[in-house]
Amino acid sequence: MNIIVCVKQVPDTTEIKIDPVKGTLIRDGVPSIMNPDDKGGLELALRLKDAHGAHVTVISMGPPQADVMLREALAMGADRAILLSDRKFAGADTLATSYALSGLCRTLDYDLIIAGRQAIDGDTAQVGPELAEHLGLPQITYVADAKLLENGNLLIHKENEDSVQVLEAEGKCLLTVLASAFDARYMSVSGIMEAYNKEVEVWSADKIDVEEGKLGLSGSPTKVFRSFPKAMKEPGEVHEVTPEEAVELIVNKLKEKHII
Amino acid sequence: MEKKDYKNVFVFAEQREGVIQPVAFELLGKARDLADVLEEKVVAMFLGYGIKDKAQELIEHGADEVIVVDTPELKDFLSEQYSQAVSQIILDRKPHIVLYGATTIGRDLAPRLASRLKTGLTADCTKLEIQPVKEEEKEFCMTRPAFGGNLMATIVCPDNRPQMSTVRPGVMQKMQRDPNRQGVITVFEPKFDTSKFKVKVVETIKADKSIADISEAKILVSGGRGVHDKEGFDKLQALADVLGGQVASSRAMVDNGVMPHECQVGQTGKTVRPNLYMACGISGAIQHLAGIEESDFIIAINKDKFAPIFSVADLGIVGDLHKIVPMLTERIRKEMEK
Repeated sequence: MNIIVCVKQVPDTTEIKIDPVKGTLIRDGVPSIMNPDDKGGLELALRLKDAHGAHVTVISMGPPQADVMLREALAMGADRAILLSDRKFAGADTLATSYALSGLCRTLDYDLIIAGRQAIDGDTAQVGPELAEHLGLPQITYVADAKLLENGNLLIHKENEDSVQVLEAEGKCLLTVLASAFDARYMSVSGIMEAYNKEVEVWSADKIDVEEGKLGLSGSPTKVFRSFPKAMKEPGEVHEVTPEEAVELIVNKLKEKHII
Repeated sequence: MEKKDYKNVFVFAEQREGVIQPVAFELLGKARDLADVLEEKVVAMFLGYGIKDKAQELIEHGADEVIVVDTPELKDFLSEQYSQAVSQIILDRKPHIVLYGATTIGRDLAPRLASRLKTGLTADCTKLEIQPVKEEEKEFCMTRPAFGGNLMATIVCPDNRPQMSTVRPGVMQKMQRDPNRQGVITVFEPKFDTSKFKVKVVETIKADKSIADISEAKILVSGGRGVHDKEGFDKLQALADVLGGQVASSRAMVDNGVMPHECQVGQTGKTVRPNLYMACGISGAIQHLAGIEESDFIIAINKDKFAPIFSVADLGIVGDLHKIVPMLTERIRKEMEK
Protein backbone atom coordinates (compact mmCIF):
# COMPACT_ATOMS: atom_id res chain seq x y z
CA MET A 1 0.00 0.00 0.00
CA ASN A 2 1.27 3.48 -0.88
CA ILE A 3 0.22 6.22 1.52
CA ILE A 4 0.71 9.96 1.08
CA VAL A 5 0.63 12.06 4.25
CA CYS A 6 0.21 15.84 3.96
CA VAL A 7 2.03 17.77 6.67
CA LYS A 8 2.46 21.47 7.36
CA GLN A 9 5.03 23.33 9.38
CA VAL A 10 3.29 25.84 11.65
CA PRO A 11 4.25 28.30 14.37
CA ASP A 12 3.31 26.93 17.77
CA THR A 13 0.35 29.27 18.24
CA THR A 14 0.08 28.46 21.95
CA GLU A 15 3.47 30.18 22.29
CA ILE A 16 2.46 33.35 20.47
CA LYS A 17 2.00 36.30 22.77
CA ILE A 18 0.56 39.74 22.24
CA ASP A 19 2.54 42.86 22.95
CA PRO A 20 0.24 44.47 25.53
CA VAL A 21 1.37 47.99 24.57
CA LYS A 22 1.39 47.81 20.78
CA GLY A 23 -1.24 45.10 20.48
CA THR A 24 0.82 43.24 17.89
CA LEU A 25 1.95 39.63 17.71
CA ILE A 26 5.29 38.74 19.20
CA ARG A 27 6.57 36.10 16.80
CA ASP A 28 10.23 36.18 17.79
CA GLY A 29 11.36 32.95 19.34
CA VAL A 30 8.10 31.15 18.57
CA PRO A 31 9.09 27.58 17.66
CA SER A 32 7.99 25.95 14.40
CA ILE A 33 6.40 22.54 14.80
CA MET A 34 4.75 19.84 12.74
CA ASN A 35 1.04 20.67 12.80
CA PRO A 36 -0.50 18.42 15.52
CA ASP A 37 -3.36 16.99 13.44
CA ASP A 38 -0.90 16.24 10.61
CA LYS A 39 1.34 14.44 13.07
CA GLY A 40 -1.70 12.38 14.07
CA GLY A 41 -2.19 11.61 10.37
CA LEU A 42 1.42 10.47 10.05
CA GLU A 43 0.93 8.26 13.11
CA LEU A 44 -2.10 6.61 11.48
CA ALA A 45 -0.05 5.98 8.31
CA LEU A 46 2.78 4.47 10.34
CA ARG A 47 0.32 2.21 12.22
CA LEU A 48 -1.06 0.97 8.91
CA LYS A 49 2.53 0.42 7.79
CA ASP A 50 3.32 -1.54 10.98
CA ALA A 51 0.23 -3.70 10.57
CA HIS A 52 0.13 -4.32 6.83
CA GLY A 53 3.35 -2.97 5.34
CA ALA A 54 3.18 0.28 3.41
CA HIS A 55 5.35 2.88 1.74
CA VAL A 56 4.73 6.24 3.40
CA THR A 57 5.52 9.47 1.55
CA VAL A 58 5.21 12.75 3.46
CA ILE A 59 4.56 15.84 1.37
CA SER A 60 4.50 19.48 2.33
CA MET A 61 4.31 22.88 0.72
CA GLY A 62 6.28 25.70 2.26
CA PRO A 63 9.59 27.49 2.55
CA PRO A 64 12.92 25.58 2.55
CA GLN A 65 12.97 25.64 6.37
CA ALA A 66 10.22 23.01 6.38
CA ASP A 67 13.04 20.55 5.67
CA VAL A 68 13.51 20.14 9.46
CA MET A 69 9.92 19.03 9.95
CA LEU A 70 10.14 16.56 7.06
CA ARG A 71 13.28 15.06 8.60
CA GLU A 72 11.32 14.59 11.82
CA ALA A 73 8.69 12.71 9.78
CA LEU A 74 11.42 10.52 8.26
CA ALA A 75 12.85 9.86 11.72
CA MET A 76 9.41 8.79 12.93
CA GLY A 77 9.33 6.19 10.15
CA ALA A 78 8.22 7.79 6.87
CA ASP A 79 10.00 6.42 3.79
CA ARG A 80 10.14 9.43 1.51
CA ALA A 81 9.76 13.19 1.91
CA ILE A 82 8.91 15.77 -0.73
CA LEU A 83 8.80 19.51 -0.16
CA LEU A 84 7.01 21.68 -2.71
CA SER A 85 8.83 24.96 -2.55
CA ASP A 86 8.62 27.68 -5.16
CA ARG A 87 7.89 31.40 -5.18
CA LYS A 88 5.03 30.63 -7.56
CA PHE A 89 3.12 29.12 -4.62
CA ALA A 90 3.40 32.27 -2.48
CA GLY A 91 0.20 33.90 -1.28
CA ALA A 92 -1.88 30.78 -1.92
CA ASP A 93 -5.22 30.46 -0.12
CA THR A 94 -6.66 27.03 0.62
CA LEU A 95 -7.96 26.50 -2.94
CA ALA A 96 -4.61 27.30 -4.57
CA THR A 97 -2.72 25.30 -1.92
CA SER A 98 -4.90 22.24 -2.38
CA TYR A 99 -4.57 22.62 -6.16
CA ALA A 100 -0.76 22.61 -5.96
CA LEU A 101 -0.81 19.58 -3.66
CA SER A 102 -3.16 17.80 -6.09
CA GLY A 103 -0.60 18.39 -8.86
CA LEU A 104 2.04 16.71 -6.71
CA CYS A 105 -0.22 13.81 -5.71
CA ARG A 106 -1.06 13.14 -9.37
CA THR A 107 2.62 12.49 -10.11
CA LEU A 108 2.84 9.88 -7.31
CA ASP A 109 1.39 6.38 -6.93
CA TYR A 110 -0.97 6.20 -4.00
CA ASP A 111 -3.77 4.14 -2.50
CA LEU A 112 -4.59 6.44 0.40
CA ILE A 113 -4.01 10.09 1.26
CA ILE A 114 -4.02 11.23 4.88
CA ALA A 115 -4.09 14.84 6.04
CA GLY A 116 -4.64 16.50 9.38
CA ARG A 117 -8.08 17.87 10.14
CA GLN A 118 -6.80 21.44 10.29
CA ALA A 119 -3.64 23.47 10.88
CA ILE A 120 -3.31 25.46 14.10
CA ASP A 121 -2.20 28.65 12.32
CA GLY A 122 -5.22 28.88 10.00
CA ASP A 123 -7.73 26.48 11.58
CA THR A 124 -9.67 26.32 8.30
CA ALA A 125 -9.96 22.52 7.86
CA GLN A 126 -10.34 23.22 4.12
CA VAL A 127 -7.21 21.93 2.40
CA GLY A 128 -8.03 18.24 2.97
CA PRO A 129 -11.54 18.25 1.44
CA GLU A 130 -10.46 20.65 -1.33
CA LEU A 131 -7.57 18.35 -2.24
CA ALA A 132 -9.90 15.33 -2.27
CA GLU A 133 -12.21 17.12 -4.71
CA HIS A 134 -9.35 18.17 -7.03
CA LEU A 135 -8.33 14.50 -7.21
CA GLY A 136 -11.90 13.19 -7.44
CA LEU A 137 -11.42 11.10 -4.30
CA PRO A 138 -14.01 10.38 -1.62
CA GLN A 139 -13.18 12.16 1.65
CA ILE A 140 -13.78 11.29 5.25
CA THR A 141 -13.10 14.04 7.77
CA TYR A 142 -12.71 14.04 11.58
CA VAL A 143 -11.25 10.54 11.52
CA ALA A 144 -10.66 8.98 14.94
CA ASP A 145 -9.89 5.43 13.77
CA ALA A 146 -9.18 3.62 10.50
CA LYS A 147 -8.62 -0.07 9.89
CA LEU A 148 -7.91 -2.04 6.73
CA LEU A 149 -10.48 -4.77 6.10
CA GLU A 150 -9.86 -8.14 4.44
CA ASN A 151 -11.63 -6.95 1.28
CA GLY A 152 -9.21 -4.01 1.00
CA ASN A 153 -11.77 -1.42 2.08
CA LEU A 154 -11.19 0.92 5.00
CA LEU A 155 -13.40 0.87 8.11
CA ILE A 156 -13.39 4.36 9.56
CA HIS A 157 -14.69 6.06 12.68
CA LYS A 158 -15.71 9.65 12.01
CA GLU A 159 -16.24 11.76 15.11
CA ASN A 160 -19.19 14.15 14.95
CA GLU A 161 -20.52 16.45 17.67
CA ASP A 162 -23.34 14.09 18.59
CA SER A 163 -22.25 10.72 17.27
CA VAL A 164 -19.55 8.51 15.85
CA GLN A 165 -20.25 7.38 12.30
CA VAL A 166 -18.74 4.04 11.34
CA LEU A 167 -18.08 4.23 7.60
CA GLU A 168 -16.74 1.84 5.00
CA ALA A 169 -14.79 3.36 2.11
CA GLU A 170 -14.18 1.48 -1.10
CA GLY A 171 -11.09 2.22 -3.17
CA LYS A 172 -8.80 5.21 -2.90
CA CYS A 173 -9.82 7.95 -0.51
CA LEU A 174 -8.59 10.89 1.54
CA LEU A 175 -8.88 11.03 5.31
CA THR A 176 -8.49 14.03 7.60
CA VAL A 177 -7.38 13.01 11.04
CA LEU A 178 -7.79 14.24 14.62
CA ALA A 179 -4.57 14.51 16.63
CA SER A 180 -6.42 13.58 19.82
CA ALA A 181 -7.15 10.11 18.43
CA PHE A 182 -3.59 9.25 17.39
CA ASP A 183 -0.92 9.72 20.00
CA ALA A 184 2.13 10.19 17.81
CA ARG A 185 5.25 8.14 18.39
CA TYR A 186 8.62 9.70 19.11
CA MET A 187 11.48 9.67 16.67
CA SER A 188 13.68 6.64 17.24
CA VAL A 189 17.46 6.99 17.62
CA SER A 190 18.07 4.84 14.56
CA GLY A 191 15.35 6.78 12.78
CA ILE A 192 17.13 10.05 13.50
CA MET A 193 20.41 8.62 12.20
CA GLU A 194 18.72 7.37 9.03
CA ALA A 195 16.76 10.58 8.53
CA TYR A 196 19.96 12.51 8.06
CA ASN A 197 21.15 10.09 5.43
CA LYS A 198 17.87 10.30 3.54
CA GLU A 199 17.14 13.08 1.12
CA VAL A 200 14.29 15.54 1.48
CA GLU A 201 13.37 16.11 -2.15
CA VAL A 202 12.63 19.73 -2.96
CA TRP A 203 10.33 20.13 -5.95
CA SER A 204 9.51 23.30 -7.86
CA ALA A 205 6.24 24.05 -9.65
CA ASP A 206 7.70 22.80 -12.99
CA LYS A 207 7.88 19.27 -11.62
CA ILE A 208 4.18 18.86 -10.90
CA ASP A 209 1.06 18.55 -13.02
CA VAL A 210 -0.52 22.02 -12.73
CA GLU A 211 -1.53 25.12 -14.68
CA GLU A 212 0.58 28.01 -13.47
CA GLY A 213 -2.29 30.53 -13.42
CA LYS A 214 -4.05 28.51 -10.74
CA LEU A 215 -1.13 28.71 -8.31
CA GLY A 216 -0.29 31.17 -5.56
CA LEU A 217 -1.94 34.54 -5.25
CA SER A 218 -3.39 34.56 -8.77
CA GLY A 219 -5.06 31.18 -8.19
CA SER A 220 -6.59 32.29 -4.89
CA PRO A 221 -10.23 33.47 -4.89
CA THR A 222 -9.94 34.86 -1.35
CA LYS A 223 -7.76 37.83 -0.43
CA VAL A 224 -6.89 39.24 2.97
CA PHE A 225 -8.43 42.72 2.92
CA ARG A 226 -6.95 43.67 6.28
CA SER A 227 -5.76 42.12 9.51
CA PHE A 228 -5.71 43.61 12.94
CA PRO A 229 -5.06 42.58 16.53
CA LYS A 230 -8.13 41.51 18.35
CA ALA A 231 -9.75 44.13 20.55
CA MET A 232 -9.35 42.98 24.10
CA LYS A 233 -12.11 43.35 26.59
CA GLU A 234 -11.47 45.61 29.60
CA PRO A 235 -10.31 43.51 32.53
CA GLY A 236 -12.64 43.36 35.54
CA GLU A 237 -11.79 43.18 39.24
CA VAL A 238 -9.30 40.64 40.58
CA HIS A 239 -9.15 39.73 44.27
CA GLU A 240 -6.51 37.83 46.20
CA VAL A 241 -8.52 36.68 49.21
CA THR A 242 -9.22 33.74 51.52
CA PRO A 243 -11.55 31.00 50.28
CA GLU A 244 -14.28 32.26 52.64
CA GLU A 245 -14.03 35.78 51.26
CA ALA A 246 -13.94 34.42 47.73
CA VAL A 247 -17.20 32.55 48.27
CA GLU A 248 -18.76 35.74 49.64
CA LEU A 249 -17.62 37.78 46.62
CA ILE A 250 -18.90 35.23 44.13
CA VAL A 251 -22.26 34.73 45.86
CA ASN A 252 -22.83 38.49 45.97
CA LYS A 253 -22.05 38.83 42.27
CA LEU A 254 -24.34 35.93 41.36
CA LYS A 255 -27.15 37.55 43.33
CA GLU A 256 -26.50 40.92 41.71
CA LYS A 257 -26.73 39.23 38.28
CA HIS A 258 -29.91 37.39 39.32
CA ILE A 259 -28.25 34.04 38.63
CA ILE A 260 -29.16 32.82 42.11
CA MET B 1 -18.80 34.25 -15.11
CA GLU B 2 -20.95 37.36 -14.82
CA LYS B 3 -20.92 38.57 -11.21
CA LYS B 4 -24.24 40.36 -11.61
CA ASP B 5 -26.02 37.07 -12.41
CA TYR B 6 -25.37 35.90 -8.86
CA LYS B 7 -28.14 36.99 -6.50
CA ASN B 8 -29.51 36.23 -3.05
CA VAL B 9 -28.10 35.00 0.24
CA PHE B 10 -28.31 31.22 0.64
CA VAL B 11 -28.05 29.25 3.86
CA PHE B 12 -27.31 25.55 4.11
CA ALA B 13 -29.92 24.66 6.75
CA GLU B 14 -28.39 21.74 8.60
CA GLN B 15 -30.62 19.08 10.13
CA ARG B 16 -29.72 15.94 12.01
CA GLU B 17 -32.25 13.13 12.18
CA GLY B 18 -34.88 15.59 11.04
CA VAL B 19 -34.11 18.18 13.70
CA ILE B 20 -33.11 21.55 12.31
CA GLN B 21 -29.91 22.56 14.08
CA PRO B 22 -29.83 25.87 16.01
CA VAL B 23 -26.97 27.08 13.81
CA ALA B 24 -29.34 27.03 10.82
CA PHE B 25 -31.60 29.58 12.53
CA GLU B 26 -28.58 31.67 13.56
CA LEU B 27 -27.37 31.75 9.95
CA LEU B 28 -30.83 32.76 8.74
CA GLY B 29 -30.72 35.69 11.19
CA LYS B 30 -27.40 36.85 9.73
CA ALA B 31 -28.51 36.14 6.15
CA ARG B 32 -31.57 38.31 6.77
CA ASP B 33 -29.32 41.28 7.75
CA LEU B 34 -27.10 40.80 4.70
CA ALA B 35 -29.99 40.34 2.28
CA ASP B 36 -31.72 43.46 3.57
CA VAL B 37 -28.56 45.51 2.93
CA LEU B 38 -28.15 43.99 -0.53
CA GLU B 39 -31.89 44.18 -1.26
CA GLU B 40 -31.87 40.49 -2.09
CA LYS B 41 -33.69 37.40 -0.79
CA VAL B 42 -32.81 34.82 1.85
CA VAL B 43 -32.98 31.26 0.53
CA ALA B 44 -32.54 28.18 2.73
CA MET B 45 -31.30 24.91 1.25
CA PHE B 46 -32.88 22.14 3.27
CA LEU B 47 -31.69 18.61 2.52
CA GLY B 48 -32.48 15.26 4.06
CA TYR B 49 -35.07 12.51 4.06
CA GLY B 50 -38.56 12.82 5.52
CA ILE B 51 -37.98 16.48 6.39
CA LYS B 52 -40.14 18.55 4.05
CA ASP B 53 -42.84 19.18 6.68
CA LYS B 54 -40.32 21.22 8.65
CA ALA B 55 -39.49 23.71 5.86
CA GLN B 56 -42.01 26.23 7.19
CA GLU B 57 -39.91 26.62 10.37
CA LEU B 58 -37.10 28.07 8.26
CA ILE B 59 -39.46 30.63 6.75
CA GLU B 60 -40.60 31.61 10.24
CA HIS B 61 -36.95 32.24 11.11
CA GLY B 62 -36.23 34.55 8.19
CA ALA B 63 -36.11 32.60 4.90
CA ASP B 64 -38.04 33.99 1.91
CA GLU B 65 -37.72 30.69 0.10
CA VAL B 66 -36.81 27.16 1.13
CA ILE B 67 -35.38 24.79 -1.47
CA VAL B 68 -36.20 21.31 -0.22
CA VAL B 69 -34.40 18.16 -1.33
CA ASP B 70 -36.12 15.23 0.33
CA THR B 71 -34.74 11.89 -0.83
CA PRO B 72 -33.50 8.60 0.72
CA GLU B 73 -29.95 9.19 -0.59
CA LEU B 74 -29.68 12.10 1.84
CA LYS B 75 -30.90 10.30 4.98
CA ASP B 76 -27.42 10.35 6.56
CA PHE B 77 -24.89 13.06 5.89
CA LEU B 78 -22.34 11.76 3.39
CA SER B 79 -19.94 14.15 1.65
CA GLU B 80 -20.44 13.06 -1.94
CA GLN B 81 -24.23 12.70 -1.82
CA TYR B 82 -24.68 16.13 -0.23
CA SER B 83 -22.03 17.76 -2.44
CA GLN B 84 -23.78 16.58 -5.58
CA ALA B 85 -27.15 17.88 -4.44
CA VAL B 86 -25.94 21.25 -3.13
CA SER B 87 -23.62 21.93 -6.08
CA GLN B 88 -26.52 21.31 -8.47
CA ILE B 89 -28.68 23.79 -6.59
CA ILE B 90 -25.88 26.37 -6.63
CA LEU B 91 -25.16 25.92 -10.35
CA ASP B 92 -28.86 26.21 -11.10
CA ARG B 93 -29.71 29.14 -8.84
CA LYS B 94 -26.44 31.15 -8.76
CA PRO B 95 -26.41 32.53 -5.23
CA HIS B 96 -24.44 35.66 -4.35
CA ILE B 97 -23.47 34.36 -0.90
CA VAL B 98 -23.73 30.93 0.73
CA LEU B 99 -23.44 30.39 4.51
CA TYR B 100 -22.80 27.07 6.26
CA GLY B 101 -22.55 26.15 9.95
CA ALA B 102 -18.98 25.45 11.02
CA THR B 103 -19.93 22.00 12.29
CA THR B 104 -18.50 18.61 11.38
CA ILE B 105 -21.07 18.63 8.54
CA GLY B 106 -20.58 22.19 7.29
CA ARG B 107 -16.81 22.03 7.53
CA ASP B 108 -16.84 18.82 5.48
CA LEU B 109 -19.32 19.94 2.84
CA ALA B 110 -18.34 23.60 2.27
CA PRO B 111 -14.68 23.06 1.26
CA ARG B 112 -15.69 20.17 -0.97
CA LEU B 113 -18.10 22.51 -2.76
CA ALA B 114 -15.62 25.41 -2.87
CA SER B 115 -13.20 23.13 -4.70
CA ARG B 116 -15.93 21.78 -7.02
CA LEU B 117 -17.24 25.27 -7.84
CA LYS B 118 -13.74 26.82 -7.89
CA THR B 119 -14.65 29.59 -5.51
CA GLY B 120 -13.47 31.01 -2.21
CA LEU B 121 -14.45 29.88 1.25
CA THR B 122 -13.71 31.56 4.57
CA ALA B 123 -13.87 29.38 7.66
CA ASP B 124 -15.23 30.10 11.14
CA CYS B 125 -16.26 33.70 10.53
CA THR B 126 -17.17 35.77 13.57
CA LYS B 127 -18.39 38.80 11.63
CA LEU B 128 -20.05 39.09 8.21
CA GLU B 129 -20.93 42.44 6.73
CA ILE B 130 -21.33 44.35 3.49
CA GLN B 131 -18.72 47.10 3.67
CA PRO B 132 -17.08 49.60 1.35
CA VAL B 133 -13.53 48.45 0.63
CA LYS B 134 -12.43 51.23 -1.69
CA GLU B 135 -14.38 54.36 -2.57
CA GLU B 136 -17.92 53.32 -3.54
CA GLU B 137 -17.17 49.65 -4.10
CA LYS B 138 -18.79 47.39 -1.52
CA GLU B 139 -17.72 43.86 -0.73
CA PHE B 140 -18.86 41.01 1.43
CA CYS B 141 -16.35 41.22 4.29
CA MET B 142 -15.75 38.06 6.26
CA THR B 143 -13.82 38.47 9.50
CA ARG B 144 -12.27 35.52 11.27
CA PRO B 145 -9.63 34.78 13.88
CA ALA B 146 -6.22 33.62 12.66
CA PHE B 147 -3.07 32.42 14.40
CA GLY B 148 -5.06 30.67 17.07
CA GLY B 149 -7.15 33.76 17.75
CA ASN B 150 -4.15 36.06 18.14
CA LEU B 151 -5.09 38.09 15.11
CA MET B 152 -8.30 38.93 13.24
CA ALA B 153 -8.34 38.90 9.46
CA THR B 154 -10.99 40.32 7.15
CA ILE B 155 -11.22 38.26 3.98
CA VAL B 156 -12.88 39.18 0.70
CA CYS B 157 -13.66 37.10 -2.35
CA PRO B 158 -13.92 39.80 -5.04
CA ASP B 159 -13.95 37.92 -8.35
CA ASN B 160 -15.50 34.51 -7.70
CA ARG B 161 -19.11 33.57 -7.01
CA PRO B 162 -20.73 32.46 -4.88
CA GLN B 163 -18.87 33.91 -1.90
CA MET B 164 -18.98 31.32 0.83
CA SER B 165 -18.29 31.17 4.53
CA THR B 166 -18.78 28.94 7.54
CA VAL B 167 -19.89 30.32 10.90
CA ARG B 168 -19.57 28.54 14.20
CA PRO B 169 -22.65 27.68 16.24
CA GLY B 170 -23.46 30.31 18.86
CA VAL B 171 -21.80 33.23 17.05
CA MET B 172 -24.75 34.83 15.21
CA GLN B 173 -28.12 35.79 16.67
CA LYS B 174 -31.24 34.16 15.36
CA MET B 175 -34.24 36.36 14.77
CA GLN B 176 -37.41 36.09 16.78
CA ARG B 177 -39.58 33.35 15.30
CA ASP B 178 -42.56 34.83 13.47
CA PRO B 179 -45.33 32.28 12.78
CA ASN B 180 -46.96 34.71 10.35
CA ARG B 181 -43.97 35.08 8.03
CA GLN B 182 -44.75 34.06 4.46
CA GLY B 183 -42.39 32.36 2.05
CA VAL B 184 -42.11 29.95 -0.85
CA ILE B 185 -41.22 26.27 -0.60
CA THR B 186 -39.59 24.86 -3.75
CA VAL B 187 -38.83 21.19 -4.29
CA PHE B 188 -35.53 20.42 -6.03
CA GLU B 189 -34.72 17.02 -7.52
CA PRO B 190 -31.00 16.46 -8.02
CA LYS B 191 -29.63 13.98 -10.55
CA PHE B 192 -27.28 11.73 -8.65
CA ASP B 193 -24.22 10.07 -10.16
CA THR B 194 -24.32 7.03 -7.89
CA SER B 195 -21.08 5.66 -9.35
CA LYS B 196 -19.31 8.24 -7.16
CA PHE B 197 -20.88 6.94 -3.94
CA LYS B 198 -17.91 5.05 -2.50
CA VAL B 199 -18.54 5.55 1.21
CA LYS B 200 -21.36 3.91 3.11
CA VAL B 201 -22.58 4.14 6.68
CA VAL B 202 -22.08 0.88 8.59
CA GLU B 203 -23.54 2.20 11.82
CA THR B 204 -24.01 5.39 13.80
CA ILE B 205 -23.13 5.32 17.46
CA LYS B 206 -24.92 8.08 19.35
CA ALA B 207 -22.83 10.06 21.79
CA ASP B 208 -23.75 9.86 25.45
CA LYS B 209 -27.01 11.79 25.84
CA SER B 210 -25.94 12.99 29.28
CA ILE B 211 -23.55 15.33 27.50
CA ALA B 212 -25.81 18.22 26.54
CA ASP B 213 -24.58 20.74 24.01
CA ILE B 214 -22.46 23.29 25.87
CA SER B 215 -22.86 25.88 23.12
CA GLU B 216 -26.54 26.13 24.17
CA ALA B 217 -25.88 26.31 27.91
CA LYS B 218 -26.83 29.33 30.00
CA ILE B 219 -24.45 28.48 32.85
CA LEU B 220 -21.09 26.77 32.36
CA VAL B 221 -18.63 25.67 35.01
CA SER B 222 -15.46 25.02 33.08
CA GLY B 223 -12.23 23.38 34.16
CA GLY B 224 -8.64 23.41 32.99
CA ARG B 225 -5.32 21.94 33.99
CA GLY B 226 -5.73 23.20 37.57
CA VAL B 227 -8.65 20.81 38.07
CA HIS B 228 -6.10 17.95 37.75
CA ASP B 229 -8.35 14.93 37.18
CA LYS B 230 -11.79 13.33 37.04
CA GLU B 231 -12.25 13.78 40.80
CA GLY B 232 -11.57 17.48 40.35
CA PHE B 233 -14.26 17.63 37.68
CA ASP B 234 -16.71 15.94 40.08
CA LYS B 235 -16.38 19.07 42.27
CA LEU B 236 -17.17 21.24 39.24
CA GLN B 237 -20.12 19.02 38.35
CA ALA B 238 -21.55 19.46 41.87
CA LEU B 239 -21.33 23.23 41.49
CA ALA B 240 -22.87 23.09 38.01
CA ASP B 241 -25.70 20.96 39.42
CA VAL B 242 -26.68 23.47 42.12
CA LEU B 243 -26.52 26.29 39.55
CA GLY B 244 -28.52 24.31 36.98
CA GLY B 245 -25.61 24.50 34.58
CA GLN B 246 -23.23 22.22 32.73
CA VAL B 247 -19.58 21.35 32.92
CA ALA B 248 -17.16 22.31 30.17
CA SER B 249 -13.45 21.93 29.69
CA SER B 250 -10.33 23.52 28.29
CA ARG B 251 -8.41 21.82 25.50
CA ALA B 252 -5.71 20.53 27.88
CA MET B 253 -8.15 18.33 29.78
CA VAL B 254 -9.59 16.94 26.55
CA ASP B 255 -6.19 16.21 25.03
CA ASN B 256 -5.16 14.26 28.16
CA GLY B 257 -8.36 12.24 28.01
CA VAL B 258 -9.99 13.46 31.24
CA MET B 259 -12.93 15.10 29.47
CA PRO B 260 -14.72 14.24 26.19
CA HIS B 261 -14.26 16.42 23.11
CA GLU B 262 -17.92 17.53 23.21
CA CYS B 263 -17.11 19.51 26.35
CA GLN B 264 -14.22 21.47 24.86
CA VAL B 265 -14.49 25.23 24.73
CA GLY B 266 -12.28 27.34 22.49
CA GLN B 267 -10.88 27.78 19.03
CA THR B 268 -10.76 24.06 18.25
CA GLY B 269 -13.74 23.27 20.46
CA LYS B 270 -16.99 25.14 20.80
CA THR B 271 -17.86 28.79 21.00
CA VAL B 272 -20.07 29.40 24.01
CA ARG B 273 -22.20 32.37 25.02
CA PRO B 274 -23.63 31.58 28.46
CA ASN B 275 -24.97 34.09 30.97
CA LEU B 276 -22.32 32.86 33.38
CA TYR B 277 -18.97 31.29 32.54
CA MET B 278 -16.96 30.09 35.53
CA ALA B 279 -13.38 29.31 34.54
CA CYS B 280 -11.78 27.12 37.20
CA GLY B 281 -8.08 26.38 36.95
CA ILE B 282 -7.99 27.61 33.35
CA SER B 283 -5.00 29.79 32.58
CA GLY B 284 -6.70 31.21 29.49
CA ALA B 285 -4.73 30.43 26.34
CA ILE B 286 -5.77 32.77 23.55
CA GLN B 287 -7.54 29.85 21.83
CA HIS B 288 -9.67 29.36 24.90
CA LEU B 289 -10.47 33.04 25.28
CA ALA B 290 -11.64 33.12 21.65
CA GLY B 291 -14.36 30.66 22.55
CA ILE B 292 -15.71 32.46 25.63
CA GLU B 293 -15.62 36.14 24.72
CA GLU B 294 -19.35 36.21 24.00
CA SER B 295 -20.16 35.18 27.57
CA ASP B 296 -22.22 37.73 29.53
CA PHE B 297 -20.31 37.34 32.77
CA ILE B 298 -17.02 35.56 33.42
CA ILE B 299 -15.76 34.49 36.84
CA ALA B 300 -12.24 33.06 37.00
CA ILE B 301 -10.63 31.13 39.84
CA ASN B 302 -6.92 30.50 39.42
CA LYS B 303 -3.88 30.15 41.68
CA ASP B 304 -1.68 32.15 39.33
CA LYS B 305 -2.46 35.82 39.59
CA PHE B 306 -0.72 36.42 36.27
CA ALA B 307 -2.95 33.94 34.39
CA PRO B 308 -4.28 35.56 31.18
CA ILE B 309 -7.82 34.49 32.09
CA PHE B 310 -7.90 37.40 34.57
CA SER B 311 -7.57 39.86 31.70
CA VAL B 312 -11.03 38.87 30.43
CA ALA B 313 -12.74 37.90 33.70
CA ASP B 314 -15.35 40.25 35.11
CA LEU B 315 -14.59 38.84 38.55
CA GLY B 316 -11.25 37.18 39.20
CA ILE B 317 -10.35 35.20 42.31
CA VAL B 318 -6.73 34.31 42.98
CA GLY B 319 -7.04 31.14 45.01
CA ASP B 320 -7.34 27.37 45.17
CA LEU B 321 -10.38 26.10 43.30
CA HIS B 322 -10.21 22.79 45.19
CA LYS B 323 -11.04 24.71 48.39
CA ILE B 324 -13.31 27.38 46.95
CA VAL B 325 -15.54 25.32 44.64
CA PRO B 326 -16.86 22.85 47.28
CA MET B 327 -17.46 25.71 49.75
CA LEU B 328 -19.21 27.72 47.09
CA THR B 329 -21.38 24.74 46.15
CA GLU B 330 -22.53 24.32 49.75
CA ARG B 331 -23.17 28.02 50.16
CA ILE B 332 -25.25 28.26 46.97
CA ARG B 333 -27.18 25.14 47.95
CA LYS B 334 -28.14 26.92 51.18
CA GLU B 335 -29.02 30.13 49.33
CA MET B 336 -31.28 28.18 46.98
CA GLU B 337 -33.09 26.52 49.90
CA LYS B 338 -33.97 29.89 51.43
